Amino acid sequence: MKRIYFDNAATTKIDESVMKAMIPYFNLEFGNASSIHEFGQKAEAGVLNAKYIISKFLNCKPNEIIFTSGATESNNTILQGVFSDFKGHLITTMFEHPCVLETAKYLLRRGVDVTFIAPEKNGVIDPQKIFRAIKEDTRLVSIMYANNEVGTVSNIAHIGKKIEELNQKRINKILFHTDAVQACYFRDMDVKKLRTDFVSISSHKIYGPKGIGAFFMREHTKLSPLMYGGHQEYGIRPGTYNVPAIIGFGKAIQLISSKNHKKTIEKMKKIRDFIIKESLKIKGVFLNGDREQRLENNINLLFENIEGESLLLKLDLEGIACSTGSACASGSLSASHVLLSMGIKPENAHGSLRISLGKYNTMEEAERFIITLKKSVGQLREFSPFK
Amino acid sequence: MLYSKIVLDHFQNPRNQGKIANPDAISQVGNPVCGDIMKIYLKINKKNNKIEDIKFETLGCGAAIACSSVVTQAAKGKTLTNALKLDKNIILKKLGGLPAQKVHCSMLSIEALHKAINDYLKKPNEKKNRKINTKN
Repeated sequence: MKRIYFDNAATTKIDESVMKAMIPYFNLEFGNASSIHEFGQKAEAGVLNAKYIISKFLNCKPNEIIFTSGATESNNTILQGVFSDFKGHLITTMFEHPCVLETAKYLLRRGVDVTFIAPEKNGVIDPQKIFRAIKEDTRLVSIMYANNEVGTVSNIAHIGKKIEELNQKRINKILFHTDAVQACYFRDMDVKKLRTDFVSISSHKIYGPKGIGAFFMREHTKLSPLMYGGHQEYGIRPGTYNVPAIIGFGKAIQLISSKNHKKTIEKMKKIRDFIIKESLKIKGVFLNGDREQRLENNINLLFENIEGESLLLKLDLEGIACSTGSACASGSLSASHVLLSMGIKPENAHGSLRISLGKYNTMEEAERFIITLKKSVGQLREFSPFK
Repeated sequence: MLYSKIVLDHFQNPRNQGKIANPDAISQVGNPVCGDIMKIYLKINKKNNKIEDIKFETLGCGAAIACSSVVTQAAKGKTLTNALKLDKNIILKKLGGLPAQKVHCSMLSIEALHKAINDYLKKPNEKKNRKINTKN
């Protein structure tokens, strides 16, 4: 059975060209990028080149890029770094990725004043709610660019512009951060337009290797490090450079800047729209998140009288990989915090299914998915006491 | 997923799934908020107090469906006394184990079975053998 991978928001398959670019840095240019000899210099040149590519992509300076192990580390470093003294006010949202949400909750426990903004019913953040929450001691606003579960996109540039205006009259400037992990492949990442002080990105969501991420940090911004040890990344993120992964990350970013990129997104959008249209023809199926303000690869469906994990399992047994916001799949006792924050009732949140497309998916796969989905939904509803 | 082959088999081919037209007892346990709901139908032979037929309907995860299937299989043909002796460990054993966070599904399936039997035993105005130990 040919397997179908519809879980690209979780991770993506590495691009062949990315893998190829990495290989020499495992066994040929394997030096420590901080060493002075030629082995080290070659490795460092690779790191600097990757940094240059990423800085072009974000429209910033190379020295404004900090490499980390991924988005979890980036977001932890930024939030914990800004609030290293556990003072001041943080504004974030209720539907952030756990690596922001749980860090914010940790800061709250340690004495930071935290405001959690609820998204609107359509999964988009109302900027007015953020502006209204701003206090005199607000230090950081952290809003995700695109949501990882429902794919909804918030207007980061608008929020950034307003914060910039407010900062002109403020002594205590507000820093603005966006977790752009999901948006990176699909949306404008120009930090001059987004007007952010921090932007987190991750390699394995964009066909690069796992274990490498980065964040943009505007020049002259102060941040306390999480770890101490080396001079790497200006002391903000010490530790020997993961050179092959950095090379791969740079290559993955380069692919987004290529000419074919727009076409790739168009193709995904077509498949997405087909799946949404066909799925909604099934009785008791709804779309979670805004129909328009959403990523081109995200479909999040709600199935009445179906438990998401059982649907995920049915599909998996047919060779189709998706994701669900059901508690039963998470090991925790409550349903997806994202869906609940959007006002979806727990009994319905259990019946959610996320299909996240990637550049390797085809329309044929989408057609097979719809057939399998209809069959699986029929079977599971047959099992259910509610008909 | 860490499900055993037996769990997947019961999930794909559930035994005793469906309804009983004129059941002697029905139970429903779980709630929509937690995600799992199990319903059990019983047909009881009044002469010998044996479970003649048992069916289930479940809205829930893979483990919940597999547990429902196994609990009905285990109870079918048993006397009410013996059916009340069934516990979660028997279900887990028959399924070849469940992931830790799914053990509660086996408890829910036992709860559904016991509730149906106890409801039957409490029913008034019916000729039935009440000499039965309801302790479980």
